[in-house]
Amino acid sequence: MDSIKFSNVFLNDSFTVAGPLEKEGQIKDYNLVMDDYYYNEPTFEQAEIKMQRVVIDNLLLRNKYLDSDIDYLLSGDLSNQIGVSNYAAKSYRIPYLGVYSACATFVESLILGARLLDGKTARRAIVIASSHNLTAEKQFRFPVEYGAPKPKTTTFTATGSVGTILSKDQAKVKMEGATVGTVIDKGMKDATHMGAVMAPAAAETLIQHLTDFNRTVDYYDVIVTGDLGSVGTDIFQEYLKRTHGINIKNHMDAATEIYLETQEVYAGASGPIALPLVLFNKVLKNNRFRKILIIGTGSLHSPTLVNQKITIPAIAHAVSLEVLK
Amino acid sequence: MNQDEYKKLVDEITPKENKLKNAIVAFFIGGLIGFVGQVVVTILMTSFEMENVEAYTWLCIFIILFGSVCTALGFFDNLVTKAKAGLIVPTTGFAHSITSAALDYKKEGMITGLGANFFKLAGSVLLYGIIAAFFLSILGVMIYG
Repeated sequence: MDSIKFSNVFLNDSFTVAGPLEKEGQIKDYNLVMDDYYYNEPTFEQAEIKMQRVVIDNLLLRNKYLDSDIDYLLSGDLSNQIGVSNYAAKSYRIPYLGVYSACATFVESLILGARLLDGKTARRAIVIASSHNLTAEKQFRFPVEYGAPKPKTTTFTATGSVGTILSKDQAKVKMEGATVGTVIDKGMKDATHMGAVMAPAAAETLIQHLTDFNRTVDYYDVIVTGDLGSVGTDIFQEYLKRTHGINIKNHMDAATEIYLETQEVYAGASGPIALPLVLFNKVLKNNRFRKILIIGTGSLHSPTLVNQKITIPAIAHAVSLEVLK
Repeated sequence: MNQDEYKKLVDEITPKENKLKNAIVAFFIGGLIGFVGQVVVTILMTSFEMENVEAYTWLCIFIILFGSVCTALGFFDNLVTKAKAGLIVPTTGFAHSITSAALDYKKEGMITGLGANFFKLAGSVLLYGIIAAFFLSILGVMIYG
C-alpha cells in the first residue's frame, strides 16, 4: 500500500520563523525573522531549539489552544538523534513523536499526523520541522568558520522553523491524499551532490502517486519538490522525460525559491525547512494554485556511512493538498 | 533506468568545475603568500640580524597567528573559499582548520569538546606530515650522510 486518501484532515494555522539570510531572499513576509544565527542563545543548537519553541508557542497562542487541546506533536530536524526536536518537545505536555527522514521529515510528519487523526479520538496535531544552517554545517560538513571550497552542486541548508496545526476542523487547505515513497539508491556516492541522489526518488514517488490516484501531472496546478536544487531539478525533469516520457511544466523546486541569485548559495537551499518555507509563505498565498502536490525529498546519508564509501539512499514522500474556495 | 545509465545522465547535466581557473587562482594567491613570507624573512634577517632558521621559525609563527586571528574575526572562511587551495595549502590553512574547529567545539567543554576536536581536520596533516618527514629524513641521511 503506497497511497492513502484522507477524507477529513485540514491544515489550519501555520507559523514560520526564518533566519537572517532567508529574510534577505525572495520571500519577504515571514511571521518572524531572526536577526542573527544565535537568536539570543549561547549556541546554534540551542538557537534551533528556541526556534521550534517559538513556533509552537505562537501556534498555541494564536489559536487560543492549551497543551491539552493538542493530541500529538510530531517534529523533526537534522541534528544528531534529532536532539533539537526532543529538547524543544520537553517544554510541552503534548504526546510527542520524533521523526527523522532527512529533508523529507516535514512531509513524513504530515502523513503520520494525518493518519493519527483518522482515529476517532484525536482532534488535532502540531507538525513542525526545523533546520539551522550552522548546526547542519557542523553536523554534516565542516566547522562553521572553515572555508572549504565547494562544488557548484552543493546546497545550502536553510535556517528556519515552520509548524502547522493539522485538524479535523474545516479550513481552507485540505490534505487530500498522500503517497509514501520507497527508498531509492541509484549508486550516487557524492554527499555534495544531493540533488542527484534525490532526483530519482522524487520522480519514482511522483509516478507512484499518479498511478495510484489515476491522475496525470496536469491534474495539479503546481508540483513542488523539496530541495533538489538547480542541478537536481534539471536531473529530475530529464529523468522523468527519459524513463516515463513525462514533460513536466508545472514543476517548482523549493530550493530555488528562497534565496536571490546574488546570495552565494551554490545550487540553492536544502534542509527539511526548505519545502514548508516555500509552501506556507509562497505557494499557499498564491490564489492561482488550487491543487498542489508537495514532494519532500530526503538524502538519507550519515557522515559515517559516506566516509565508508557506500552509495547514498534517498526517499521522497508526496502529499496532495486542495485549496477550498 | 539502471545505475550506469543514471550516472551518465547525472554527468551530462552536472556543471563542470573550472579546474584550470581554480588552479590559477590558487597559484597566484598561494604564490602571493610565499612572496610576502620571503619579504618578512628578508626583513627579519637584515634588520633583526636573525639566522636563516630562526627567521623562518618566526615567519611560521606569524602566519599561524595571522590565519587564526583572521578566522576568529569571522571573514576568513569566505576568503578561503574564494582562494580555492591558495589559502589552504600554506600554513594559513593549517591554522584556519584548527581555529575553526576550536571555535565550534569550545562550548562542548575544554576536554570533551575543544581538546577532542582541535585536530579534527588538521590531524591528517600532522600524522602524514610527521610520517613523511620521518622517512624523508632517513632518505636524507642515506644520500647526504
